[in-house]
Amino acid sequence: MISIWFFIGVSLLVNGLLILGAGLYEQSHPPAHPVVLFSLHASTWWGAILSLVGLIYCVVYRPGKKSAH
Amino acid sequence: MTLLAAFEAQHLVTLSKVDLLIVIFYFALVLAIGFYLKNRANTAEDFFMAGRDMTAWVAGLSFLSANLGALELMGWAGSAYQYGILATHWYWIGAIPAMLFLALVMMPFYYISKTHSVPGYLKLRFGEPARAVSAVSFGLMTVLMSGVNMFAMAKVMQLVLGWDINVSIWLSAGTVAIYVALGGLRSAIFNEVLQFFLIWAGALLIPILGLYEAGGWHNLKILIAQRASDQYVHLWASLGSFSDNPMGINWFGIIFGLGAVISMGYWTTDFLVVQRILSAKDLRSAEMAPIIGAGFKMFVPLIVILPGLLGLGLLPEKLVPESMAAATGAHSYNDVLPLMLARYCGPGLLGLGITALIAGFMSGMAGNVTAFTTVWTYDIYRPLINSKGADHHYVNMGRWTTVIGVLISVGTAYLVMQFASIMDYVQALFSFFIAPLFGTVVLGMLWKRATGLGGFLGLLCGTVSSIGMWAWVKVDPSALRYVAMSSHAKALAQDMFQALWSFLICVIVTVVVSMATKPKSDAELNGLVYGLTKVPSVGEVAFYEKPLFWAGVVTLVFFGLNFYFW
Repeated sequence: MISIWFFIGVSLLVNGLLILGAGLYEQSHPPAHPVVLFSLHASTWWGAILSLVGLIYCVVYRPGKKSAH
Repeated sequence: MTLLAAFEAQHLVTLSKVDLLIVIFYFALVLAIGFYLKNRANTAEDFFMAGRDMTAWVAGLSFLSANLGALELMGWAGSAYQYGILATHWYWIGAIPAMLFLALVMMPFYYISKTHSVPGYLKLRFGEPARAVSAVSFGLMTVLMSGVNMFAMAKVMQLVLGWDINVSIWLSAGTVAIYVALGGLRSAIFNEVLQFFLIWAGALLIPILGLYEAGGWHNLKILIAQRASDQYVHLWASLGSFSDNPMGINWFGIIFGLGAVISMGYWTTDFLVVQRILSAKDLRSAEMAPIIGAGFKMFVPLIVILPGLLGLGLLPEKLVPESMAAATGAHSYNDVLPLMLARYCGPGLLGLGITALIAGFMSGMAGNVTAFTTVWTYDIYRPLINSKGADHHYVNMGRWTTVIGVLISVGTAYLVMQFASIMDYVQALFSFFIAPLFGTVVLGMLWKRATGLGGFLGLLCGTVSSIGMWAWVKVDPSALRYVAMSSHAKALAQDMFQALWSFLICVIVTVVVSMATKPKSDAELNGLVYGLTKVPSVGEVAFYEKPLFWAGVVTLVFFGLNFYFW
């Protein structure tokens, strides 16, 4: 049975990559009406963190590896 | 209104393509999980109890996530804007002691008795009448709560995205119906844990960026004191009397009404949350699960209460009550969380934040639906309508009840639209059913002299008295000074005291009737009552793996937080 933590890893990885991509795009094409604190580029670093955590979960709990759920 | 027209309505933000992708990916993933788990829900034990093989972490996070519904995310952020940091009491004293009590005192009895539900425990302890009252009132409450969740989500989608309220209700209802009907409780639990992660990933940036903008917690307190009052940033200091704080409540109501009755009732007898723990694989996991939940619960105010306080300190506009918002077109208190989301989150982040909100709402809905399905099948249908069905018959009944329960919830969502305040409505529901139920269950577990008739009449009188007090104040608002013992008391104080009185009435009636009736023998109460039951050990494990150790750690942090924010 596929571990629940693998599903979570997939979710974080996919969402993280999408957010990271959007953040990088915004850095190169700044919006006309940026959000408050746009200069911090939260999308970029938050997307990178989520991708990393998601990747770790995907690898550690990949299907076929023994786990508790 | 068609789906396309729904997207063209007025809204707060516009989703970019990447935001839409994130939302669509979430729906696809939860449905995929439902389809994947379909073949693992073939027996009644699998469908209703998730096979009773969940680890402590899965059961604990699911236990917490089932409660992270509409009220948690949107309602309490709005309450924090309206009442200040006092709203945090619902997360700390209004949750942590009860969760620890559930883990260490009550869970052994639920677990040993192998009951499928809380009404099922009442059947074993007090007999069929007590179960019938409890099951029917619980079923009613869950579909109403589910309707509240749906309505709240649809409101957020309308505010933030401009989606038509009907489209949102039917989309979320359809998704929950499919994944719960396919995979049963296991599917709901898997999605709840997934939703737990999404909620943190999507909402944690608001307090981080908000505190950065405010210049830290100390500066935020100054901003709030300037824009509202110093009373908004103290957890206990303003609770000396009803008139000293924006909530219109005092310390007695918070400690005894909320901490000792409402929260105990909710976290220990509301089957919606207890069902997650009953799915644990062994007793140690069942005891650890609420403690893990409590550990995370203490930090949920970061993503719910703090955004409300940040809104109070930072948002340029002033938010107003729901009724005034409807009349003037201004934003209401309940809109504060999406407003803060729109303030900080650009493309991608916004999609994740919206997904977190949808996930939170859907987890609450799924929690209600699975609990309703189990109680209907095990506590109403099987004992009262068809007790001789085969195992697969009850699984099919569970699947159909899921769909029917969702449809009833949709109907309820439309009814909820008639109420001005979502919070007051749900608080009133808690008071009607939960407080007296806690009185009955806790007496049943801790006092062997309690009899079947005593338990039944206590539960009935407690519930009827709660409804009676609520109706009394509705008809004559000045009666609040009797129910809450002060003319300065406000709506939430009424709920606290109403719960306290109904609990006391339940306990008194149960004790008096029990003393006048014949109790069950000790042998009949084995496994059901404290003192007559040998509670199995959690096993030979290291001290740091024992539930008691972690309960102590959580208790220390709990007291530390209360003193820090005094």
